[in-house]
Amino acid sequence: MSEIKILNGNAAIAWAVKQINPDVVAAYPITPSTSIVEHIAKYVADGVMTTEFVTPESEHSAMSMCVGASTGGARVFTATASQGLALMFEILYIAASLRLPIVAGIANRSLSAPINIHGDHSDVMAGRDTGWIQIHSENSQEAYDNIIQAFRIGEHKDVSTPVMVTMDGFILSHALQDVVVEEDEKVKNFVGERDPLYTALDVDHPITVGPIDFTDYYFEHKRSQMVGMENAPRVIKEVGEEFKKEFGREYGFIELYKMEDAEIAIVVLGSTAGTTKIVVDELRNKGKKVGLVKMRVYRPFPSREIVDALSNLKAVAILDRAMSPGALGGPLFTDVRSSLYESDKKPILVNYIYGLGGRDIAPKHIEEVYSRLEKIAATGKRGELLSYINLRE
Amino acid sequence: MSYLDYVRQFKLPHYWCPGCGTGVVLQAVVRAFEALGWKQEDLAFITGIGCSGRMSTYVNANTMHTTHGRPLAFATGVKLARPEKHVVVVSGDGDALAIGGNHFIHAARRNIDIKLVIINNLVYGMTGGQVSPTTPQKFRTQTTPYGNIDPNFDVVKLAIAAGATFVGREAVTRPRNLEKLIEKSFQHKGFSVVEVISNCHINLGRKNKMKDQITMLRWISTKTIPKNLAEKKKPEELEGKILLGIFHEDKNRKEYTELYREIQERAGGNK
Repeated sequence: MSEIKILNGNAAIAWAVKQINPDVVAAYPITPSTSIVEHIAKYVADGVMTTEFVTPESEHSAMSMCVGASTGGARVFTATASQGLALMFEILYIAASLRLPIVAGIANRSLSAPINIHGDHSDVMAGRDTGWIQIHSENSQEAYDNIIQAFRIGEHKDVSTPVMVTMDGFILSHALQDVVVEEDEKVKNFVGERDPLYTALDVDHPITVGPIDFTDYYFEHKRSQMVGMENAPRVIKEVGEEFKKEFGREYGFIELYKMEDAEIAIVVLGSTAGTTKIVVDELRNKGKKVGLVKMRVYRPFPSREIVDALSNLKAVAILDRAMSPGALGGPLFTDVRSSLYESDKKPILVNYIYGLGGRDIAPKHIEEVYSRLEKIAATGKRGELLSYINLRE
Repeated sequence: MSYLDYVRQFKLPHYWCPGCGTGVVLQAVVRAFEALGWKQEDLAFITGIGCSGRMSTYVNANTMHTTHGRPLAFATGVKLARPEKHVVVVSGDGDALAIGGNHFIHAARRNIDIKLVIINNLVYGMTGGQVSPTTPQKFRTQTTPYGNIDPNFDVVKLAIAAGATFVGREAVTRPRNLEKLIEKSFQHKGFSVVEVISNCHINLGRKNKMKDQITMLRWISTKTIPKNLAEKKKPEELEGKILLGIFHEDKNRKEYTELYREIQERAGGNK
């Protein structure tokens, strides 16, 4: 039987990892993801997990150990945030290029400087070109569910790509919420065993991993890496459908909230989607045709779904919790805008940067965005492309 | 200048836990500044990440709060650019010896004139008490709930072996001696290392039957012994003891920025 537990996001992720019982976990403490690995350390010490739990001297070493273990055929998990993810960058690329299905739980946190421990998406947005699949969570339940699906997605032979599951630091990682946890056996059966295509520990079939590859074949190898990401949408969909059949909760690439007849909408990812839903409900009660598009899968970017969801709208605001200095707008904005280039009909788009360093975003701020969208829809005049929410200037 | 002038008092109260030894080290450091009469404008004070990292907020000088493990790397850049300035780094056991261990041995190897104080509280305190490279064996931490099996670094031996030219160790239980040792290390020209054994009763002590600062400070007191007293003891009496004092002082080795200036002159620069 599934049961409801009161868990914060970190505990929810650790619970899923406990049930999956990976072969190796190598992780270094960093706020706000620390307690994920503390829970795991305790589960291992108590004999609840049989995982090899390693405490290296830095995140760079943690991810390197994950690569080593995964190359040897192991199922591998790690957790980190912010500067920790930034320190892993060299190895994030290597993990993806070697097609190693490592799963990482990320408690999103801002990047230095100035130092700040609170939640924003700067860390994972910087990782969007590393080749990792990136799945965002609105709440602790989704963080739990996404971890379970992440192993299936990443380890699928057609994908064979690492996956990061993210949640907003502190807002989710440290907030207690009701989480439906499934039966251990059911989770184990759903995830199954990792069956690697190659392993570095097969003495009868020795292989070489990551050797030098110059102008002769490097390009071909990088191109072949794309195949995993190209296959990922099909597998993400299949795994989501199977997950729904098994556990009853539905997951797609994006979630459409009251979008059927919407004329204006916000696109956002992470916990702010939850806040936005409250505002949408309130405005709907007042008869306003507003909706929300919540991004779940950010890499591979679901362009088709975005086009279908947004093409017929009058005005759309894309909310970014990260900056991309010198670009047209935030990372999510440029992806959405680029996707809509394929569409004949295009809504007017505006971009907002919000919540950097954990700056609060309240329903009233989101209401302001919708009220501006209403004006844009009525007048057809956009105004500033990029604005900031709840910022002193 | 009074030692209080080296503290940004508007930033107080500090955010360390009640009874934490880090405040004792801060006081010893600023008192050493006072004793030496260093001007704030001649002083670069650099920290990394961890409980020690916050010190760059409280010290009233040119300060820099850098990334985890890298204060020595940032400080090396500062010292090379402005060799005439006093460059002080306060770091922790996690910052200096785990994630930043590489920078530590190479700063020592070069003998660059940076004054390093390592607050060794034997644990990753800031993140809630995980095992560090100086956690004693058998100690329980958040990541070693049944006891640590990893052998720990001897910071003094490591520093000497890597090439530091001034190496000492003190404990927060002896604040006056600590102040004097830090003052002496600040006067040294070359890479100096002062290891300070400190207490983290909150995130280490609680798991190891030392849940308040008094118990943990008593443990540090019984665990440590000044070098001059130790010389009169038998080897079996010193089993498991941590020695305090100055362990190495080499005034002859050339300092790195001096060597750098010489090579610049030889290459025709700096005319």
